[in-house]
This record gives sequence, structure tokens and C-alpha cells, in this order.
Amino acid sequence: MLDTIFFYVFALLTIGGAIATITRRSAMHSALSLIVSLLGVAGLYLLQKAEFLFAVQIVLYIGGIMVLFLFVIMLVNLDQAAKERQFNRQWLLGLVASVLVGAQMVWMLNSAGVLSLPAAVPAPAATGPGNIEALADLLFREYLLPFEVASLLLLVAIVGSVMMAKKTS
Amino acid sequence: MNVDLISILGNFYVLTLIKLGLVAGVLLTALAYLQWIERKVIAHIQLRVGPTRVGPHGLLQPLADTIKLLTKEDLMPSHVNKFFYVLAPMVAVFFALSAIAVIPFGPKINVFGIETYMQLSDLNIGILFLLALSGMGVYGIALAGWSSNNKYSLIGGLRSSAQMISYELPMALAIASPLLLAGSLSLREIAESQAGFMLGFIPRWSIFQMPAPQLMAFVLFMIAGFAETNRIPFDLPEAENELVAGFHTEYSSMKFASFFMAEYANMVTICCLATLLFLGGWYPIVPSPVADYIPTLVHLAGGGMLIFHGLQPARKWDKYTMPVFGVAFLAVGLLFLVPFLQPILLPLFWFISKVGILLFLFIWVRATLPRFRYDQLMHFAWAFMFPVSVVHLFVTAFLVALLK
Repeated sequence: MLDTIFFYVFALLTIGGAIATITRRSAMHSALSLIVSLLGVAGLYLLQKAEFLFAVQIVLYIGGIMVLFLFVIMLVNLDQAAKERQFNRQWLLGLVASVLVGAQMVWMLNSAGVLSLPAAVPAPAATGPGNIEALADLLFREYLLPFEVASLLLLVAIVGSVMMAKKTS
Repeated sequence: MNVDLISILGNFYVLTLIKLGLVAGVLLTALAYLQWIERKVIAHIQLRVGPTRVGPHGLLQPLADTIKLLTKEDLMPSHVNKFFYVLAPMVAVFFALSAIAVIPFGPKINVFGIETYMQLSDLNIGILFLLALSGMGVYGIALAGWSSNNKYSLIGGLRSSAQMISYELPMALAIASPLLLAGSLSLREIAESQAGFMLGFIPRWSIFQMPAPQLMAFVLFMIAGFAETNRIPFDLPEAENELVAGFHTEYSSMKFASFFMAEYANMVTICCLATLLFLGGWYPIVPSPVADYIPTLVHLAGGGMLIFHGLQPARKWDKYTMPVFGVAFLAVGLLFLVPFLQPILLPLFWFISKVGILLFLFIWVRATLPRFRYDQLMHFAWAFMFPVSVVHLFVTAFLVALLK
């Protein structure tokens, strides 16, 4: 019962934040709405008993990436940016694309038989070692190669951005 | 009737509410008095006397300050972004105060047959939770700086967000190495892994613990802690000789006080965290039979000193106040000998004295060191702290994997 209430609160935060992110004109408001949305997602992780993901979501996305977003937004001239005509006003194209994608998703879900929702099955009780140990086991044993490839990719991106930012002398 | 009362008090919600009230009351009082201690200590380091007018030795100064700040006019400048201007101090103080919820102060205790931990909630990701809260705390300062619509405030807010992101990296890496020794993310389990003694007299605290003593990580953590709490020598966000008062220039009344409260609460959190991770939490520095008498001896010595000074008064009122405080110290010292109270008071004494020594270090540094320049601050974080903490983590991981 309590879980259901929390689920709806977090879902509302996530969706409401996401809608506000794309509808607000002020970049600052958009960024802060995005933070609310990310907080909602973190709460949903917590409801799924994925504590590690919850903490990492907040530490990385809200405490790291979004602060950098704010950092940039604070430095640009907001008033001018809000007055300027936005180049992403493609109402017709956007509408057609979103209807198409929506129809596709409904069709996919329907063919997979998900739309007729089955009765709720309670999540199995947590067994064995904790969440973090299980995650580490999967990450560093079964999926070690993809993990390392992803790290390498990020490293390349970091080195590349440093090279681009470096002044040519 | 008696049994009923105990079963009611043992109820999870009732028990939590009681603990919450205790912890919140003690924390808020401690925050107010921390400011008094800071002013007194800095004054004595600088050969002044500090607050003396309100109450004996200025002891009621925090109360007077609170009343002053609460009743002052709450000025709202006309050019601010109202919503975020009001939100910012709330965010700062909320995330700073909620950190106390996961910090354990002592072991499991037994009060009138009710067994409970001296902690509000033992999260299995306690340490990550604290990192998450400190990450959210940045928004209080950044938003305050931005919403004030003032160039000085904005620069203060920008400086603080850049500084806190930069120092969060070495801080997280310095935290990671004692975690390797403890093998857990729960603050309680980390502290419990440091119980006992090596060779019978060296405490198994992380900073001494074999195979990888964490002294270096402790130093790195404390330096990063100074930066995270925006304290001197890293208080660039509020450098008053460059930025008027930095991010809180436009704030007045209780909103201004909220930022101060948040700063002091963050200080307390950092010191608690350092104690739990590196200094063995609530475990004493010497083995048990001796350790049980140290609190009494410390209090008796303090009380004796106060009474001695009271007999040779330097100021008019010292004649009365000093002996009264001295007697109070003696009484508290004797409380530590009551067998019924010992399991509660002894761990609390060790925990609070370790936290207190670290807090004194914060104040001492503020009275001693000048402020960094901003480029020096960033260079220090990225070119010194970060590589050193990475290497330290590698060495620790290697030693733990090899020898444990």
C-alpha cells in the first residue's frame, strides 16, 4: 500500500519534471525540472530495492552532471536566449514523428501481449548477498569485457575533449 | 502498566520519534554552541576574549544571536528571482541537516529492556547516501548565488559549484580506501570493523590498521572536507575581500542564518564521517579497563582546573561561575562510573571527543591559515589531490588483495 503511494509520487515527479523540462522557456527552470525528474527516477530505483543505483543516480547525475549544466547556464545571458526565436519549432514534423513512435510502441507492446496487464506479482524476497555485491559480481565477472570497453570509450572521449579544449600554440 | 509502556516505547515508530527528537535537539543545540566555541577559540588564539556580555563567559550568546536573527527584518531585494531566492537556503539547510540520520553514535544499547542502536537508520549504502546529500547540497549555494541576481553572488555561487565538484573526486577516492579494509558501505559495519587492538595496545582504527594504514587517506579526506564545507583556507565562495560576502550577500535574517547553520552542520557531518571511517568511531584508544576510567579522569581534571581558576578570579564574575562549572564537570565525571550508564556514556564520550577534536582542528585552521587564490585552489585539487588519492587507492587495493 505504502509502496504504491510512493510509486505514484515518484512517477508524478518523474513525468511532471520531464514535461516541465521541455516546456519551460527559461533554461534555468528547465535544468531544475530535469533535476526533479532525475530525483523521481532515483526514487523509483529505491522502490525496486536497487539502493546502489539510487545513490549513484543522485551522486553522478544530480551532484555532478546537472551542476555542470547549471554552471554553464549561469554563465550565458538568459534574458536574450529566452527572447530569441527558437529554431526547434517544428510542430507538424514533431507531431507526426511522436504519433508514429507512439503507435509503433503500442503495436509492439500489444503484439508482445503486455497491454492486457497480468495480475500483480509481488517481487521475490531478496536472497543471497546484498545489492552491491551482486552488482559487482555481474559487472566484474560476467560483463567484464563490455565494462572495460565502455570505460575505454569514456577515456577516449575525455582525452578528445581535453585536446579540443587545449589552445593551439 | 509498566509492561504496556515498554511495549509502546519499543514500537518502531515511537522509538524512532523519540530518537529523532533527541538527535535533532542535541544537533541543533550543538550547532548553535559550535559558533560560540568557534568565536571563543579564535578570540583566544588572537589574544582577545571573545563574547563575554550575554551570560557568564558569553554562554547565552547563541541564544541572543538566534533571537536577533529571527526577529530581524527579512529583506527581499526587488531584483531577485523570488522562487529560487527563497528555495536556496531551504535546500542548503535541509540536505545539511538530514545527513545526521545515517550517522551512528555508538553500539547497540539496552535501555529499560528496549534494545536499540544509537543511530537513526542504518542504511546499507550509508556512505553513498552521505555523498549524495553532499552533492545535493551544492544546489543551495549555487542557486543562492544565481537567484540573487548580483555579480558578486553569482561569482560566489559559480566558485562554490566548481570547487565542490572538484573536491568531491579526491574525497570519494579517499573514502574508498578505508571501505576496502572494512568491506562494507554501512557506516555501522565500517565502525565495527575497527574494534579491538593489534599487539594488545595499537587500536585497529583505519589509520593504523594493517595491512594498509590509512593515514594518508585521512589527511586527504580532511583537506577535501575543508573544501566541501567552504571553510578557510578554501572559503573562496565567500571571500569577503573580493566578493563582499559571496553567495549570501543579498540574504538577511533567518535566510542568512540558514546558510550558516548548513555550513556548521556540514562541518559536523564531515567530522563524524572522518571519525567513523578513520578514527575507529566510538571505540576507545586504549584497551578496556584503562579506557573506562579515562572519561572520569578527563572530567575531574577539567573540573579541578575550573575550580582552581575560580579561586583566583581574573574577572568579577569568575569567582561564582567557574566553581559552578567545575562542580558540574565533577558531577558529569562521576556519572561515567555508574555501571548502569557506562555502556551508553562511554561510547558516546569517545565518539564525541574524537568529533570534537576534529571540529577544533577546523576552527584552529581558520584562525591560522590565509585563504588560497582561486587558481591555486583548482590546481591543488586536480594536480595534487586527485593523483595522490588515485595512487593511494591503488596501493591500498593492492595491499588488501595481497595480504588480507
